[in-house]
Amino acid sequence: MIIRNSHLNSIGVQKTPMLFIFIILILFNNPILSQDCNSSLTLKVIDLHDSSVLQNASIFIKELDKNVKTNSNGEYVFKDLCNKEYFIEISHEECETIQTEVKIKNNTIKTIRMEHHLNELDEIIVKSNFKSKSKSVFENKVSKQTLEDYSNNSIADVLKTIPGVSTISTGSSIAKPQINGLHSSRVLLINNNVKMEDHEWGIDHAPSIDINSIEKISLIKGAGALKYGGSALGGVIISETLKTKLIDSLYGKLYSSASTNGKGGTITTDITKTNSKGWYTRLQGTFKRFGDYNTSNYIMSNTGLSERNFSLKTGLNRVDYGFEVYYSFFNNETGILRASHLVSAQDIFRGITSGIPLIIEDFTYDISAPKQKIKHNLAKFNFFKTTDLGKFNFQYDFQSNKRQEFDIRRGDDRNTPSIDLELTTHSLSLDFDSRFSNNLNLNLGIVGKYQKNFPDPETGVRRLIPDYEKYDLGAYSIFDYKLNPEWIIEGGLRYDYTYMDVFKYYKTSFWESRDYGEEFSDIIVEVLANQILTNPKLEFNNASATLGSKFLFDNNNTIFFNYSMSSRSPNPSELFSEGLHHASARIELGDLRFKPEVGHNFGFTYQKSNEKFSLIFNSFLNTIKDFIVIEPVEIMQTIRGSFSLWEYRQTDAKLFGADLNVDYKLNKHINLIHQSSVIKGTDTKLDNPLIDMPPANIKNEIVYFNSDLNNLSVSLQSEYTFKQNKYPDNNFEVYIPTTETYEYIDLSTPPKAYHLLNFNSRIDIHTDKNKSINLGLKINNLLNTTYKNYLNRLRLYTHDLGRNIILSIKYKL
Amino acid sequence: MKFFKYALLASTLIFASCSEDDNNPEPVNEEEVLTTLTVTFESGFDTVVMQFQDLDGDGPDAATVSVSGPLSANTSYDAAIVLLNETEDPAENINEEIEEEDLDHQFFYTVGSGLDANTSYVDLDSEGNPLGLNFVLNTGGASSGGLTITLRHEPNKPNTGLENAAGETDIEVTFDVTIE
Repeated sequence: MIIRNSHLNSIGVQKTPMLFIFIILILFNNPILSQDCNSSLTLKVIDLHDSSVLQNASIFIKELDKNVKTNSNGEYVFKDLCNKEYFIEISHEECETIQTEVKIKNNTIKTIRMEHHLNELDEIIVKSNFKSKSKSVFENKVSKQTLEDYSNNSIADVLKTIPGVSTISTGSSIAKPQINGLHSSRVLLINNNVKMEDHEWGIDHAPSIDINSIEKISLIKGAGALKYGGSALGGVIISETLKTKLIDSLYGKLYSSASTNGKGGTITTDITKTNSKGWYTRLQGTFKRFGDYNTSNYIMSNTGLSERNFSLKTGLNRVDYGFEVYYSFFNNETGILRASHLVSAQDIFRGITSGIPLIIEDFTYDISAPKQKIKHNLAKFNFFKTTDLGKFNFQYDFQSNKRQEFDIRRGDDRNTPSIDLELTTHSLSLDFDSRFSNNLNLNLGIVGKYQKNFPDPETGVRRLIPDYEKYDLGAYSIFDYKLNPEWIIEGGLRYDYTYMDVFKYYKTSFWESRDYGEEFSDIIVEVLANQILTNPKLEFNNASATLGSKFLFDNNNTIFFNYSMSSRSPNPSELFSEGLHHASARIELGDLRFKPEVGHNFGFTYQKSNEKFSLIFNSFLNTIKDFIVIEPVEIMQTIRGSFSLWEYRQTDAKLFGADLNVDYKLNKHINLIHQSSVIKGTDTKLDNPLIDMPPANIKNEIVYFNSDLNNLSVSLQSEYTFKQNKYPDNNFEVYIPTTETYEYIDLSTPPKAYHLLNFNSRIDIHTDKNKSINLGLKINNLLNTTYKNYLNRLRLYTHDLGRNIILSIKYKL
Repeated sequence: MKFFKYALLASTLIFASCSEDDNNPEPVNEEEVLTTLTVTFESGFDTVVMQFQDLDGDGPDAATVSVSGPLSANTSYDAAIVLLNETEDPAENINEEIEEEDLDHQFFYTVGSGLDANTSYVDLDSEGNPLGLNFVLNTGGASSGGLTITLRHEPNKPNTGLENAAGETDIEVTFDVTIE
């Protein structure tokens, strides 16, 4: 697979600009004679519509006889200018050329806003089309090509191509992104400007987003992230569709791929109609079907996947106003390794001792229990208006997430889910993006949200997540200010108020064992034979803030520094868990008394780039107060044998780490890419390592590209993952009565290091004005290596995926 | 601003329409929970009852394990297992479910070292393999030790014992037994 960051994507795929630049410098009759010519001009070129920066915009000042292009921040700094008026011309692909006069006085900063319309048909220029959402934190992006390469996979898999991002998974199909060691409630996921509300707290709950419905995806931290929420201790992932052009056009694509592993494939298609008045409609759909996946030498029974999604986007995009309606439906069914359904300590011992699944059956496409069925509806309406003050955006969005988890059950309950949750969310927001001056940007907004969770009692299993209604009100203010041409500072504040009205049945024995009776007697609604109905009303106030700065040494060297404070309210699982959680194979206990956790994150990034070489070094230190962790406390005897009892607990944590991304262009055809990352997480109260921290890893890749050979691209990637040596010891000893022995249950020891080779290639077999056909061949785990991945929670019972050969064909018109 | 007005108006509408539900959610009485396992041993002369009871299931309360008395030496006992869910009122007998799904279940009896006894299956499933709700326990000389009763869900059938039965453990309880 080609793993590369779009920023580093410099393998010569930059298309020759369609409009070459005509640069005129007109020296106005300026007879002012001798003066100091020590002034500078910083030009920043941005998109008129959304303030995204425009890279590779051409600027020319004749006097300097220099043809320059803006850098990845859309900027260029001219030095040694005189204090007088210059006439400059700026042009960019797909934009109308702008001629303007600039009066230079000492150090002048000038922002040029261009009417820029994205060339959606041409994936190659995508790297210059990303909107920069945060100024003082390096923004990681995934190229559209990489997104397409991952059409078969999940959104978490593609994010893994970003250094510092790993995936934490439950088997081969349920994966979620982990950013700098943090995941679930600590990572926000934004889908077309809507914050996903899909029971994201669960480690075994994958994001309900179709990777094929999105056209760009990026990871942000810092001030830009505050707009989406204050609880993103890890970061914010932004997935979006692209904007459409103001031309009469009809285009689309059909992409299909087939994989040997899982013996399945993906078909996805989209079609977009636009017109010159700004109206547009995009329709997209995906069908995915896989049977049981396999490791290097056996079938992982019941790991199939079935997914059917579609999305529709329509709207009007004018220069000063517009609206959009977006609707997406995500529907999938995922099997969970049959042999992982082990709960009692004695059974877990059997599973671990075996090392391979205790149940291996013939390959099948059937998906049986244990399995998950997810249906996610997302609808959004937004309206924007640009005035002299700036841009106002009003948005209403609605989401409904139906989550059903099926266990292996008996009798009439056999086909009844054990967990059946319906989470409904309505949200209203108003955002104002100012245009007060060229040096100062101010972004203000308010968000109101109502959420209701309905756990269906028909499951016949006590509710894992209780009934609740939740009200959120948030307000944010973010600014960035350009002190001088080299230096930008940004900052932001956000305040969130949360009110939860919960109806929760506690087991009487648990209620009493926690002494809740003394403290919370006022929340009791009804006392039943062995349960107590309570009505906790919880309030949380969270403040978050960020301050950062970006400094450009010159056009090739940039440093970013950022501090952010994030606060996260405990999620329903942390507050209310009370009983056996089958997906985790343990009894989990939450605590009603939890307070929000507060993280302080310091980030530093150094970026160097020139035509041949680019380097990004990123490091962070995150200290989190009242960090909520779950850990084993004792072994409990039940009628089913011994169970491991895990309790949530608040502690303090410290995470620090660094990652590196280097891209070197050896020659016209060959690119060398290196990525590495390392992270360490500690429970500072106990001085113990944190669980599930990604082990250090190194990726090296060589990419060959030749535009003369039908854009042939061939790459080979080596991926080395070290053994995680820092882990908490949650092992325990258990008595097995049937053998009359004490056995040591090793849940903790991470698997050994492993090395994978991945191959990726693609070629255009037909290209003309109207259509293109592209073939791809990708081989993951080329050597069919047998390995276990520490961050796969089923690693105790199974190895990871074996070789996978993926053939794909892409048809664009 | 117009926007604020619309936003407020819309939010009032939405919040009002969604907050009407004042009914308390109904309780869930777990149907599948096994709270109580009772084994009754009858020799024709005496009856011994052994019981494992954990009324709060996976809750914090400890289970109570009782054995009514010692077994007699050199005696053949007919043993019968009764499974109950006592979180329901009246208690639900789970034996019926096990019998209905006899192919998916099997009991195993493990006689601990020190205890001089052996067991044999009585009832069979529809394919002629052991089910084990009823069994015979033959005691030897005076001794004491553990008797473990295991119920496996979806085991390999036939099997030669727990070693290759696989499946998932639904029950595993041990009684301290004395033979006099």
